[in-house]
Amino acid sequence: MDIIKTNNLTKKFDDLTAVDNVSFSVKKGEIFGFLGPNGAGKTTTIKMLITLLHPTNGTAFISDFNIINNRDKVRKNIGVVFQEPALDTELTGGENLDYHARMYGIGRDKRKTRIGDVLHLVDLEDKKDVIVKNYSGGMKRRLEIARGLMHFPNVLFLDEPTLGLDAQTRRAIWKYIKKMNKEEGTTIFLTTHYMDEADYLCDRVGIIDHGKILVIDSIGDLKNSVGNDVISLSCSDLDRLIKRLEKESWIENIERHESILTLGVEKGDEKIPVIIEIAHSQNIQIKSISVRKPTLDDVFLHYTGRTIRNQEPANIEVPSRFRMGRR
Amino acid sequence: MDTVEFQAIYVMWLRQMKRFIRSKSRLISSVVQPLFFLFILGSGFRVATFEGVSDYLSFLAPGIIAMAILFSSMFTGISVLWDKQFGFLQEVLVAPISRFSIIIGRTLGGATVALIQGFIILIIALGLGVEISGFFGLLLTLVFMILIAFTAVGFGLVIASKMEDFQGFQLVMNLIIMPLLFLSSAFFPVTSNPTMRTIAMFNPLFYSVDGLRGSLIVGVETVNNPIFDLFVVIVICIVMMGVGSYLFSKSEV
Repeated sequence: MDIIKTNNLTKKFDDLTAVDNVSFSVKKGEIFGFLGPNGAGKTTTIKMLITLLHPTNGTAFISDFNIINNRDKVRKNIGVVFQEPALDTELTGGENLDYHARMYGIGRDKRKTRIGDVLHLVDLEDKKDVIVKNYSGGMKRRLEIARGLMHFPNVLFLDEPTLGLDAQTRRAIWKYIKKMNKEEGTTIFLTTHYMDEADYLCDRVGIIDHGKILVIDSIGDLKNSVGNDVISLSCSDLDRLIKRLEKESWIENIERHESILTLGVEKGDEKIPVIIEIAHSQNIQIKSISVRKPTLDDVFLHYTGRTIRNQEPANIEVPSRFRMGRR
Repeated sequence: MDTVEFQAIYVMWLRQMKRFIRSKSRLISSVVQPLFFLFILGSGFRVATFEGVSDYLSFLAPGIIAMAILFSSMFTGISVLWDKQFGFLQEVLVAPISRFSIIIGRTLGGATVALIQGFIILIIALGLGVEISGFFGLLLTLVFMILIAFTAVGFGLVIASKMEDFQGFQLVMNLIIMPLLFLSSAFFPVTSNPTMRTIAMFNPLFYSVDGLRGSLIVGVETVNNPIFDLFVVIVICIVMMGVGSYLFSKSEV
């Protein structure tokens, strides 16, 4: 059963098309991820799905409720963890959860047990009565995840759930996400620009860039599409080597990224001597060569023609709330 | 309206109260600042004679109460901007509750806080020997206080919806609120100067201060009949709340 279904979802801001005819569906119970660089349209897509933004064109359904004309039903069925923290830092963790539950119409007794349950899930039981401004970054994230789960949503949206957290905390958050997917059966829709995060968490991934979905598939199939093994090499005359290698039928795909050549092949370790042999016969000197299993980086490179890292610095956007000092 | 909407209003109100009680600096400054005005202006101008003012402290006290309520309520309206910047507003907007309930709850919370502050100053003024009118006068005073609070929250909402950050806030305070306050007869009567008097007729704050003074203090000379002031203030309040909530409901996160 499809729990999220979008139909040519489009959002334009003046001249900029942030999300461009996006159609996809998410199955009940799965962890689905949108992978893409900053500014690819991930957050805009989420904001439309959670009814905070009105689509310019197209529509979407969540649990069969239309996001445009059945907003209240949609809102009841979803939980959201925003990219920026959205807690009231002057209240305690318990109060944040309690107020949330009240706004979703959960009765007193139910609220009490549920607060205990979700806090237990994210190991924050002992911090219930601590004011949130005294929480660490990781604790705030965990509390937000707990809050997102308070009202038993069918789908939980997580927008960059581990942005700005250290490695240990990230791993802990991943653990909680997996756990709630398993224990509560919550369908999860997340966005990320971290390859390892998508790789570890997601059942299926959609790669999105410039507002368009380039491919949607399971992690395994995505990797297989690049080739069983990836050989990357650098040499003295790349152009000539490419021309020569294009004649070899056992190479599934050849891609050139600046001074590095990557080849998708079967049984990569056996192919290294063959390639060296070919290069030698052409009087081309191989400077380095390696073989590895394909990663999501290779998949991303394959579909977008660039790595997520080498174009990241230019696109990092400072969230507006950091542009000026706190009061 | 179903129970969820009531819960939403209650949550918004409770949140304002908790934040107010926990923020010690706001608690203190919101009471201390008007008291400074009351004591310093009160003792400084006591020796001056204003036309139609027999006891300056009795004249000043309602003005200071109006000022305290005005500042406190405006802060509540503008604090939507904080929620926007710190993300909490998104959490509220994505909940299955109407924007109307969000505004009502917030306004009630802000008004409650403002009234508490207003009454603290009123009690202190009583201690200083200001003579206040009886039950009916107090009731009318309460109505004025509530109306001032609602109007100011509405005005704060207008500013918060139109501004992206806090830079403009100081500008609004200095260029709009302070002149309006000085020309509202809160600190000195505006009737002695014809130009000032004409300007005051277009100053919404003037009617609030004049009405509050007329209903609260015994034997004070006011420009208008408090009931007339009340009528004007009700109209201003409805317009301000209407515009404020309209702009708030239109603003996107």
